[in-house]
Amino acid sequence: MLLTPINRNYHDFKIDRDKDLCINCKVCVRQCSYQAHYWDENRKKVMHDNSKCVGCHRCEALCPTAALNIRQNDSEFRTNALWRPVFIKNIYKQADTGGVLLTGMGSPVDIPIYYDKLLLDASQVTNPSIDPLREPMELRTFLGAKPDRLEFEKGKDGKPILKTKLTPQIQLETPLMFSAMSFGSINFNLHIAMARAATKLGICYNTGEGGLHPSLYMYGKNTIVQVASGRFGVHRDYLNAGAAIEIKIGQGAKPGIGGHLPGEKINAKVSETRMVPLGSDAISPAPHHDIYSIEDLLQLIYALKEASEYRLPVSVKIAAVHNAAAIASGVVRAGADIVVIDGMRGGTGAAPGMIRDNVGIPVELALAAVDQRLRDEGIRHRASIVAASGHRCSADVVKAIALGADAVYIATAALLAVGCTLCARCYTGKCPWGIATNDAELAKRQNPEVAEQKLINLIQAWSHEIQEMLGGMGLNSIESLRGNRDKLRAVGLSQAEMDILGVKHAGK
Amino acid sequence: MKAPLRYHEFDKDISGCGIFGVIHKKRGLIPGHMPSCAMATMHDRGNGLGGGFAAYGIYPEQADKYAFHLMCETEGALESAREVITKFFTIHDSQPIPTRKVLAIKNAPIVWRFFLTPKRKGERPTFRDLGEEDFVVAVVMHINAKVHGAFVFSSGKNMGAFKGVGFPEDIAEFFRVEDYRAYIWTAHNRFPTNTPGWWGGAHPFTLLDWSIVHNGEISSYGINMRYLCENDYLCTLMTDTEVVAYLLDLLVRRHGLSRKLCSKVFAPPFWDEIDRMPPEEKRMYTALRATYGSAMLNGPFAILVGSSKCLWGLNDRVKLRPLVVAEKGDMVFMSSEESAIREVQPDLDRVWMPKAGEPVIVETEV
Repeated sequence: MLLTPINRNYHDFKIDRDKDLCINCKVCVRQCSYQAHYWDENRKKVMHDNSKCVGCHRCEALCPTAALNIRQNDSEFRTNALWRPVFIKNIYKQADTGGVLLTGMGSPVDIPIYYDKLLLDASQVTNPSIDPLREPMELRTFLGAKPDRLEFEKGKDGKPILKTKLTPQIQLETPLMFSAMSFGSINFNLHIAMARAATKLGICYNTGEGGLHPSLYMYGKNTIVQVASGRFGVHRDYLNAGAAIEIKIGQGAKPGIGGHLPGEKINAKVSETRMVPLGSDAISPAPHHDIYSIEDLLQLIYALKEASEYRLPVSVKIAAVHNAAAIASGVVRAGADIVVIDGMRGGTGAAPGMIRDNVGIPVELALAAVDQRLRDEGIRHRASIVAASGHRCSADVVKAIALGADAVYIATAALLAVGCTLCARCYTGKCPWGIATNDAELAKRQNPEVAEQKLINLIQAWSHEIQEMLGGMGLNSIESLRGNRDKLRAVGLSQAEMDILGVKHAGK
Repeated sequence: MKAPLRYHEFDKDISGCGIFGVIHKKRGLIPGHMPSCAMATMHDRGNGLGGGFAAYGIYPEQADKYAFHLMCETEGALESAREVITKFFTIHDSQPIPTRKVLAIKNAPIVWRFFLTPKRKGERPTFRDLGEEDFVVAVVMHINAKVHGAFVFSSGKNMGAFKGVGFPEDIAEFFRVEDYRAYIWTAHNRFPTNTPGWWGGAHPFTLLDWSIVHNGEISSYGINMRYLCENDYLCTLMTDTEVVAYLLDLLVRRHGLSRKLCSKVFAPPFWDEIDRMPPEEKRMYTALRATYGSAMLNGPFAILVGSSKCLWGLNDRVKLRPLVVAEKGDMVFMSSEESAIREVQPDLDRVWMPKAGEPVIVETEV
């Protein structure tokens, strides 16, 4: 081992193979797309190279004799509060390659998670809690601009008739949607699964910036088509294929830069859908080159409304950054019907680690600030707010809605539902779980029907839990939770944090 | 408006209650003895920390003037309030509200009434652009928020509220309610669980000629108050009922919704019901819920709303609080308990429990 380069010594994981249990069947060799397991012809047995293991646990899950355990490498650096192992290892890697360190999925660093510091209320005595098993409990949500008032006229029979015409809305049966994950970053099997699951659930999924394969147009009523700075796969039919159009200005995992899809992941179908050459990197520009200011965004919003004949709401997705509130206010005034706020814990198929772990702010703070700013300016009704980034469970969703979100986008949770283990190597295109890969052999590990059912199960489970929590608070409709921060109390937050979140401390 | 600093740091009163209302459709005058007796029957629905009455038609000679009822902690507070009122209104009459000493009522504030007409736009120090009613609302809010120790607890024409800390029958005695005769009465008995008892916090809650008595806890308060703030209403009184009053003012007076439609904002039909409606109706209710979701009153409630022409009762949409309605001749009664109605009108033509979320709207015929 003396000649081993330093970065191979300090690998993250250790493969623990029980020699008594291992039957040398080579399942692990076939399953590992990173070649961590291999057949040693001389020894006539399966061996492994720890330095290649990414910690995805695919081999462990499929080992027929349960002979494998993937553990953290217990070799330790000398303890140093400043030079923690992650920095040391990064330097070794960069000294070898001279490159930007690429990562996948959401940031693993210790960014404060305000959802953990917010607690929910429940009814006792003075108002009854409502039991969703016995009483109606409504989660239906409409996304889009609302008028500030409705006007009616009297019909012939004296009954009122609505005069006001509402602008286009998206109807969701539960306030959850599958967030933008482009075809290419994840494979076609999962796009079909998302499209079908969203359709059956009465919610929407987002195409991401990679276009929409024509065979999925039939799910258009439950599809939000995205337009990002690369304009991949954007054409007239695409813009008219969905239930809404989303302009992606920023992404929480990588504010300030555009999308990355490595050439390794661009096969024929992706190339055709995205309208880019086979095997070439698809790198979106950092800004939209037709949006250098807010008035330009207004033009794009209205260009898209024109292109879709004002039949569809237009959404604008921004990353949660320092001035999110002022930016969102501008976005709403520019005509957006929906504002998506993507916080810094959001996932990604590929992003420079430095940006993912250091740029942006947590979604809770941005969401609370945006909701309050729009109300202060009297324009909250002119756009719906969708929160995104790292919503781990139904309670996170309930808290987001109480802070002011109309709905929540989930993506990492959806991938976990189909088997992702957060190994964070999506950018390699070698995903052993068949998710973030377009390699036909790997992609077929995802059966669209199974994946669809898992996604449906997840959304149904969360919806039931949301109903339980809602009922516990004495509410029987989601709109009475939206922006109802009185249902939240903070534990252990500073006065500044509570003022931004607009919540009282627990006990008050 | 922009929410004031730490607007979320409110303390809110939680209470259960008893309510009673009666209207004479031909505007026949009903003596104050009736609501007072009815409330005494529902004594146990309160705990002595709040009772009150609103009466319509009690100032026929001053019917064209705004009758401001004020409660003030000190003479100084009354003087400060009077100074503010003088700037905005012409005072036609200024007098103490008649009271009598009652053993059970302690620490009563100074109660005073003014009969007023608003100054013309050019003569007002501020609020020059507002129409008459918006102007009156703005001045009431201004006094309640800015004049320390003074509180306007009723501000309509030819009507007035009488309320305070005590059982309703004691409050009735204190304010000499039996001396008034009205064609609409609403009354309230209160069971707060967490307030020391503040005279202003008792019901009815009023604004212009709206008066509201309310039994229930509004679980959607947190969003209702924020929605109201967007529409320039500041909640300062720490009660659920305040949001009902302001929402009524916003939806009915400012947005021009009918009482029926307003009831459907407060207690909307369920989506599965809306899905089964004819297309035009479905479109209307969908728009109503989508647009006014933040104004929905969620949680248990029974409310009675009085105004110069109407008595209006409404339950939440799963009927988590009692409300019974009864008719006798030209009179219609609404109450938490039938016993209270039977106490004052033993023989009734018809008695029924309105369905959850179905408003009962009774208008005067003259």
